[in-house]
Amino acid sequence: MELVILLVVVGVILAVVIGIYNGLVTRRNRIDEALAQIQVQLKRRHDLIPNLVNAVKGYMQFEQKVLTDVTNARAAAVSAGAQGVAAQAQAENMLTSTLRSLFAVVENYPDLKANQNVLSLQEELTTTENQISFSRQHYNASVLDYNNSLQVFPNVLLAGPLGFIKREFFEAEPEAANVPQVDLSLS
Amino acid sequence: MQTRSNFAAQQSINKRNSIFLIGAVTLLLAALGFTIGYGTTGAVEGAYGVTAGAIVLAMLLSVGSYFAGDKLVLGASGAKEVTQQVAPQLMNVVQEISLAAGTPMPKVYIIDDTAPNAFATGRDPKHASIAITTGLLQKLDREELQGVIAHELGHVRNFDIRFALLVAVLVGSIALLADFFLRFTFWGGGRRGGRDRDGGGGGLAAILFIVAIVLAVVAPIVARLVQLAVSRQREYLADATSVELTRNPRGLERALAKIAGDREVLEAANRATQHLYFTNPIKKFEERSTSMFSTHPAIVDRINRLRQLTGEPPLVASDVRALAGLD
Repeated sequence: MELVILLVVVGVILAVVIGIYNGLVTRRNRIDEALAQIQVQLKRRHDLIPNLVNAVKGYMQFEQKVLTDVTNARAAAVSAGAQGVAAQAQAENMLTSTLRSLFAVVENYPDLKANQNVLSLQEELTTTENQISFSRQHYNASVLDYNNSLQVFPNVLLAGPLGFIKREFFEAEPEAANVPQVDLSLS
Repeated sequence: MQTRSNFAAQQSINKRNSIFLIGAVTLLLAALGFTIGYGTTGAVEGAYGVTAGAIVLAMLLSVGSYFAGDKLVLGASGAKEVTQQVAPQLMNVVQEISLAAGTPMPKVYIIDDTAPNAFATGRDPKHASIAITTGLLQKLDREELQGVIAHELGHVRNFDIRFALLVAVLVGSIALLADFFLRFTFWGGGRRGGRDRDGGGGGLAAILFIVAIVLAVVAPIVARLVQLAVSRQREYLADATSVELTRNPRGLERALAKIAGDREVLEAANRATQHLYFTNPIKKFEERSTSMFSTHPAIVDRINRLRQLTGEPPLVASDVRALAGLD
């Protein structure tokens, strides 16, 4: 009789441990998927930018600096991809601010604003910016969910021994809080 | 004085209320089954058998709508599926919110109707569809559209369609059980409870029989009211989920205000499908919808809950048109 009780208790404990382990694995994988999704969105933006620059180039003879800034920032972002997450995030934020400057300048060109090509490219870039930020948001939500699962009781007892460690949130760079300066002079 | 809250707190409250309401309906079903079973047969086994039978029957009736329900509803509303070429901004917004939610992209449909409204259907995020009217697409800007789509995807992510089906099964079981029992008792010439029986349980069975008759009359009405209350809770929950996904209550708030000011009737909607829509499409229900009889909370109440999230003061109904810029 005691043997039966012992076996049942061991069985229940085993089931609980397996449940905890599976939950942690699932959440950790979700974080990795979210990270990959961010990369997909960043690449999409890199691919859209040359089209945008070509579409506006002809109209904006006086704004070459803004256009070259965008093109250079894009090249830097593409190569920063290989240099790790922090370097990449910095380069991508730089690209975002050059794009914002470009759109601010486009506001001054009524012909350009009404151009169908430019409008649909603007929508594409707006949605790409949104998708990048939502991907990052989802990444943070996944990290929160995973970290919570690691730290609540009783999971906290098992997490270390089973090899699960805390993950970091994606944080906006301090520079991202600055509004980009737009140079509208005819230089 | 509004207190500031956050969407996670609102979500917890809504989920807790939903569970509480479902528990109430389950208890009601159990009470009805037990009193009918015991009251007619004088034995507890009768109660189990009767209740189980009613649940199985209601489930069989609901299974069809679980699997094919979304196609039926989409067909009935005249919805047409759209692609990236046809509606790029709409598809982009749906893609953005799907990314925020971490769910697959649903199928997107457009309904040709000037009344602004939307609905979501589908048993889980992998099999979901969203439909929007042309009226909504014209009236809302990008931020407001994001709020509405996030509300609809919130329904999908919270498994509200499946949840509504669960509630419908319980309410359907109560209605069926009550109906059969009352017919059998008053028109079928069936047993008059414990009086016909010898032996144990006679007195108790008679009492329970009478309780069963009372419950059979009252329970279906109460269950229906609870079902409506659950529907309202899930609408509030979807609003809070919209804020979780967009992190921006203002888009949804303005969208609600714009829709409130719109006097048009959505032609394809009727009482059977009204619970699916973003706001109650049957206009006369909307106007007196602070009552217990509505599937949706009043728009002013929904706006004020969103204002709790931003710490802004609550509105009264007359402010709503001003908010939408309709004056």
